[in-house]
Order: sequence, then C-alpha cells, then structure tokens
Amino acid sequence: MTTPATPVNQMIVQQAIAEAIAEEMRRDPRVVMFGEGVATKRPELVAEFGAARVRNTPLAEAIIAGTAVGAAAMGLRPIVDLLFAPFLTLSMDALVNSAGKLRYLSGGQFSFPLVVLTMTGAGWGVGGQHNHNLEAMFVHAPGLKVVMPSSAADFKGLLKAAIRDDNPILFFMDLALAHTPGDVPAGEHVVPLGRAEVVREGIDLTIVSYAKTVGHCLQAADTLSHHGIEAEVIDLRTLKPLDTATLLRSVRKTGHAIVVHEASGLCGVAAEVAAFLAEHAFEALKTRRRPRAGCSSRPRCRRLRRSRRARCSF
Amino acid sequence: MNTPATHRVSMLEAMLLIRACEEALAARATPTSPGTCTSVGQEASAVGVVRALEPRDRILTNHRSAGHLIARGADTGRLIAEVMGRVDGYCKGRSGTLHISVAELGVILTSTIVGGELSLAPGVALAQKMGQGEPGAITAVFFGDGAACEGIFHEAVNLAVTWQLPLLFVCENNQWQAYVARRETMPADPAATAVLGGGRIAAWAAGHVLPTAVIDGNDVDAVHAAARDAVASIRADGGPRFLELVTYRQRGHFEPDDQAYVDPAELARWKPLDPIARAAQRLLDEKVIGSGELSHLRERARATVAAALKFAENSPWPDASELAHYVYA
Repeated sequence: MTTPATPVNQMIVQQAIAEAIAEEMRRDPRVVMFGEGVATKRPELVAEFGAARVRNTPLAEAIIAGTAVGAAAMGLRPIVDLLFAPFLTLSMDALVNSAGKLRYLSGGQFSFPLVVLTMTGAGWGVGGQHNHNLEAMFVHAPGLKVVMPSSAADFKGLLKAAIRDDNPILFFMDLALAHTPGDVPAGEHVVPLGRAEVVREGIDLTIVSYAKTVGHCLQAADTLSHHGIEAEVIDLRTLKPLDTATLLRSVRKTGHAIVVHEASGLCGVAAEVAAFLAEHAFEALKTRRRPRAGCSSRPRCRRLRRSRRARCSF
Repeated sequence: MNTPATHRVSMLEAMLLIRACEEALAARATPTSPGTCTSVGQEASAVGVVRALEPRDRILTNHRSAGHLIARGADTGRLIAEVMGRVDGYCKGRSGTLHISVAELGVILTSTIVGGELSLAPGVALAQKMGQGEPGAITAVFFGDGAACEGIFHEAVNLAVTWQLPLLFVCENNQWQAYVARRETMPADPAATAVLGGGRIAAWAAGHVLPTAVIDGNDVDAVHAAARDAVASIRADGGPRFLELVTYRQRGHFEPDDQAYVDPAELARWKPLDPIARAAQRLLDEKVIGSGELSHLRERARATVAAALKFAENSPWPDASELAHYVYA
C-alpha cells in the first residue's frame, strides 16, 4: 500500500519567492516590501496590497536598509530587496551595527523582524561587483540569521519562516537557481529556520553544502555511487543558526566529511563546519579533508572562470 | 503663542538636571573607567525640542543623548546605572553610556555610530505614517554637524522629503566633530544667516527641498518656539521639517578630555552664551523666579543627581548567566 502523495505545484525558484511574499503579505498586514524596483518588478503585489505597502525607493542601499530597521523597531515587518550581494556592503552599518546589535544593546526592549533579499553567486557573467558570495560576513556578525536555500520548495518555505521570524534575516538567492524548477507542496508550506536537510542518504561519506553547489554535490554523489561509494549529501539551508546536530549525526555515521561551497574558503562556512566537526566529532573522523571552496578572484571571462574552478581549491 | 511661565521654569529645571548629571558623570570618568560624551552647553537644544513633543511621538538620538533622555523624563538613577553597566539601567547594563534606548519613553535609539540615528529615523516615521503607534505621532531625530557630513544624512533627508514622512530633523551644530573643528569640514557658512557659526547644514537640507530654520541653539525659548512651530507644521501636513540649532560643545569629545586642541579664545567667546545662564538670567529679569528659587532649583538638581549616583552604585551587576540574553528575539 502506498501513502497518497502530497499534492505539489511545480514552479521555478522566482515563483516560489513571489508566492511566499504574497502569502505572507496577505496573512499579516504588518509585512511591507520596498527596495530598488520592487514596485516596478512586482506589479501584482502593488495591485493586491497597495502602493503604501509595496514601494520603490531611491537607489540608496544604506537608507533602504536603515529604513527597514527603523520600521521593524516600530512593529512593521519589512522585506527589502537589495538586489545583489555586493551591494550589501553599502548597507552594512544598518544591518550589522543596528539590526544585529540593537536588540542586545537595548536589553531586549526592541526587536527587528526584517528580511533582506539579495542575489548572489557566479553564473550571470556580470563580474565581481555583482557576483560575490558574501554570506559568511553575515554569519560572522552577531544577531543576524542567514538563509541560503537550494530548492524551490525550500525557497518558499524558508522565506515564509523568515518573514514570520522576529529577527533580522539575510536571505540569499543564488542567481543560477532563479529559473530552477521544483515541486513545492501545495497549500501552507513553512520550513523552519535552522534545520539542515539530508538530501541524499549514504553511509560512506558526508558531503556538506548549501545553495547552488548542492546540485553539484548530488551529481558527484551519483558518480561516486557508480564506483561503489554511497555519499550522504547535506543541504545546510540555514547557515546561521547552523544545524550542528544533523552534521554530527551524519559524520558519526560515515566517518568522512567534505564541505563544498562557492564562497571564498578563508574564514568561510566550510572552514567553520570543518572546525566544528574537528572539535566535536574528531573521534569519528577517519580522514581530514580541506574544505572545497571558491576562489577569491571573480573573473568575468568564462574561460578564466572554468580554469578557476579547476585550479582553486581554497 | 507664549510659553507659560511654569513651563519655562520646568525647562530651566530640566537643563539644570542635565548639567548636574553630566558634570557628575564627567567627574567620575577616568582613563580606566567608563567615560561619557556630554552635551554640556547644548542643554537648550535638547530641552527646547523635546518639550515640544508629546508622549505619542518617538525620538532617536546620538552619543550625546543624556540631555534628550532627561528632558523626556528619564530617571537619572536608571540612566547612571546604565552608564555604569548595572542591572537597573534602562538597557539592563547591556548598553553602557553609548546606546541607551528607553522604550517606555519612546526613545528608540541612542546611536554611537555617527549618523546611525539618521539611518533608522525615516523607517520609524514611515511606520507611524502607516499606522504603527498613535495617530498623528511624529519622530524627532537629533544629530550633529558631524553626522551631517555622513552620506546617510542626505539619503535620509531625500527619502523623508520624497515620501513625505512625519520627521523632524534636529541638527545640533555644536561646532565640533569629535576632535575636529566643524569649520575644517565644510565650506564657510552662508552670509545670509544671522546666527554665528550656522547655516551651512540648513542650506544643504534646503537643497533637498526641506523647509528649514536656523536658530540660536543656546536660547531655550527660541528653540522651543521653533520646535513647536515645526512640530505643528509636521502634524498639519505630514511632511518633514529641519532645524539647525547653533550651539557649542563646551566640554571635550569623550570624558576625560583636557580639550588641549581647543582654542581658548573660542571657548571664551562661547562661555558667556551658556544656555543655562541665559535662561536663568532671563527668568530673573522678567521676575518669573527670584534668586532664592533659582538657588533652590540648582540645589534640587544636585540632590537628585547625588541620590541617582547612590542608586546606581548600589544596583547589582547583571548576572553572568544572562550574558547571551537578548541576542535573538
């Protein structure tokens, strides 16, 4: 006997994001959205929720982020679109010094429920000032949560959870995933923050990744399977808080771990995961692997990008 | 509309309490114990504006915030306890002197990042405009001439004007940006303004099509009248206003500070313009108060601060087990 399958809708990642935003704006009148071109690019939101809740802004990332923080302190739940991850550097004061710290510095008097949406990652050929994985910077900053999904279902479910969370959240979308289709459970679909997913079970090796490179790791696991090696693949989904329990459970089973991501390796998420496993699961590790990460240079030229993949391991 | 006599005496009393509190904190500051950024000399700017606001309004301020907090009614004991990092401080000892917020008084932020208050203020005013808080409420943001040199000043003003936010920009132009004189940081003041040492920042704001006024920031009556006008205008049309209050930072940037970098002639020029001395003399001249009552007000401020210091010193330290509380909601 088979259990009836959960009804699903197939959609691409961008549609999953749009559904999450619309559903949460419908559910909670305190949710507002603004940023460069938000109203221009999302006319359906303006039509349903009005121009007051869906706003274009001046091209000024610092005040977009600051305005979100101030509005959040007053009880609104802003979603801001800051377009590309490198642009976040222009909004660092509001995000790092204000959103991340002011709850603590106020002794819990204020909270800052807001979501920053941004695109990241190589694959669009627009060079290093548009494509740069900066997620580890925000993992390092206190008081922030960092989400970076890989599938359409998780984009929807995690974004809905992020909008409902009472903390400031950086929500990264890998550019290369924007048009990736996937099955999204129909109806209410919320994925809790801070939980990794075992996307492929295995007993010989744990491969830890997140965002776009999860797909590469699943391909690698298939290749390994042809050679008789069954790899377990973990999609972190949320980088902060990090789901350390799932990591430990897997590594204690397999005894081997590789961490893969596109961002620069030095002081990156892979380094942190490797350090965590070395500290808490050292007895289970049969080999020690360097994290496999991207390169510090971000060339526009496709030929260079290919060679970079081949030659940069840290 | 004239300010009632009792209200003017109350403003003088608030200025005296701010001065007594900050001088007590400065006297305690040593290179090894927590210092403080005082607003000595700027009390009229704080009191004149804050007393033009209503409880429904919201305030964001900067690292020289004791004046704004006390003018708003903050308890000096809890204020000093926070400076000392004690559990009875407004932020349970997590802030110290530089980030004090008081939700119950509508003070959302003391920003020690110069310009941080300007970064958040439009969002607070936007939320008010969108129905968070009480109807008709406005936001006042206090910043200095240093913050006006930050890019965020221009971003905040442009957004407030473009979105017509109920936001009062209050620039306390105190002639100093940490250890740098304001005149080194911007072009000469416009000749058109009658107030010595002011006008350039208002001219910048006016360039953003923001209605502005340049006021003698050491004259509490003038500040209060200008602030009441500005607040009434904001409530009437919902749009922002800008006040440049020209004042002077009489003490150093961060206590202890010997002000060796300050021209004594400049200090000597501003000392006679002290806002408390001027307000007191005017009330004496107008026979609103007598010298006996003035002495009584001074003594009461001193006694309040003495009791506040004792309260703060007796307040416990936060428990170490609560170190990581309040990082996340």
